[in-house]
Amino acid sequence: MGRLVYLDNAATTKTSPEVVKAMLPYFSESYGNPSSIYTIGSEAKTAVETAREEIAASIGAQPEEIYFTAGGSEADNWAIKMTAQMLSDKGRHIITSAIEHHAVLHTCEYLEKKGFEVTYIGVDEDGVIKLDELERAIRPDTILITVMAANNEIGTIQPVREIGEIARKHSVLFHTDAVQAYGHEPINVSEDMIDMLSASGHKLNGPKGIGFLYVRKGIRLPNLIHGGQQERGRRAGTENVPGIVGLGAAAKEAMEKMSDRKAYETKLRDYMIERLLTEIPYCRLNGHRTKRLANNVNVSIRFIEGESLLMMLDMKGICASSGSACTSGSLDPSHVLLAIGLPHEIAHGSLRMTLSDETTMEDIDYTVDALKKITERLRNMSPLYEDFVKSGQAE
Amino acid sequence: MYSEKVLDHFENPRNMGEIENASGMGTVGNAKCGDIMRMYLDIDDEGVIRDVKFKTFGCGAAIATSSMATELVKGKTVQEALKVTNKAVMEALDGLPPVKVHCSLLAEEAIHAALWDYAQKNGIVIEGLEKPKEDIND
Repeated sequence: MGRLVYLDNAATTKTSPEVVKAMLPYFSESYGNPSSIYTIGSEAKTAVETAREEIAASIGAQPEEIYFTAGGSEADNWAIKMTAQMLSDKGRHIITSAIEHHAVLHTCEYLEKKGFEVTYIGVDEDGVIKLDELERAIRPDTILITVMAANNEIGTIQPVREIGEIARKHSVLFHTDAVQAYGHEPINVSEDMIDMLSASGHKLNGPKGIGFLYVRKGIRLPNLIHGGQQERGRRAGTENVPGIVGLGAAAKEAMEKMSDRKAYETKLRDYMIERLLTEIPYCRLNGHRTKRLANNVNVSIRFIEGESLLMMLDMKGICASSGSACTSGSLDPSHVLLAIGLPHEIAHGSLRMTLSDETTMEDIDYTVDALKKITERLRNMSPLYEDFVKSGQAE
Repeated sequence: MYSEKVLDHFENPRNMGEIENASGMGTVGNAKCGDIMRMYLDIDDEGVIRDVKFKTFGCGAAIATSSMATELVKGKTVQEALKVTNKAVMEALDGLPPVKVHCSLLAEEAIHAALWDYAQKNGIVIEGLEKPKEDIND
């Protein structure tokens, strides 16, 4: 095995060694059921509650406002479907954005089939939600605004506090899918006026299969999963104790490291963007130049297609992702890239590289150097590039 | 997800490039869907395909099927080339994932489009050849 450069940290992250260490005793030592009364059960219970406190503190919430779930998608489904059910007598209108993760978009589409109405607010060319459009969309029967904190593809950070203010002003509940932002960007549910927030463990060097939903005290959100009395009767199922402990440890580590990590990743990110845009002709940055996650680089390289680009990168040991149709399993490229106004053929040539605090400057140089060669190779193969050159438009 | 042969043709595509003053040239697919294939044919007076080149914008399977299609028609007569189906291209590549079958269809269409262009230029009718779909600018 040659060199491995992992640049897909928005897809998932390596579990931190500290996190693994914290989890291990809850597999084979304190493996008791937290609902039981003997010692190894109560040890597990204590560990779950410690993790809950850690996580609550990380977003300025109370421990009893944190509910563990099997991940971000469950948290999104719970918040949106159960808000719809809880408030359907008040209204049947939901507002979201055009660039949400499918866990939100497909849940909204499901509710549309059940008779709810959904308004999808557009974004500008940088992927920032149009706040005036959002406020204008609010109606007397609007029951929920759900807008992500930061986008998973292009990394654009949304004006969460402004959205929270608008929602509060109109007495509409505000949910945010913070799966990409949590542990990477500071979030405070009180200051940001967030009523519900979804997060996932494996995006911040925690384990997979664990996440949480924050629900502001006083919101009587019905259960999505019925059964036992776990999570104060709101989310049934024996707790994923090692997962919860891992998420708590990951949250603690992420909060401690956040500012150093952000500074480091931003430096690498900006260096990479600068090199790509100056050294690869007909290459554009997708997403906002500065209001973006510190680890996100997303570019479209014209005249080439994303999947073949990823395959060639893979041959060099570089892991990245693309919004091309071939990687999405449908005929259309990413809805996010189309929403920021990219034509299909440019969206097909998109490439997302998401860094971590383990990424080095050498990794960036190695990747950019490889990309330059791959781009040249694929453009030589591309009839679109041939036509472009022959049309005399090339410089 | 891809066979060894697909990966080999992707990594080392055969007959990639252009032919100047080709006997026939055809382009199929569209950028909207993310696949465009272009085939160049050099056909001699006996109707034998002496040389073939391709250019493709598309995924790994699109590049591999183009490459394999050029190998299958090189040295063949026009009639023989017409019988190279998408199935033959897929079999020669030891199969494709179901979502990529359309790439092999595109390769077949690209050959047909180039043959059609050759027939038009020379005022001949190739039996069994239909006018290609012109969806490149859809």
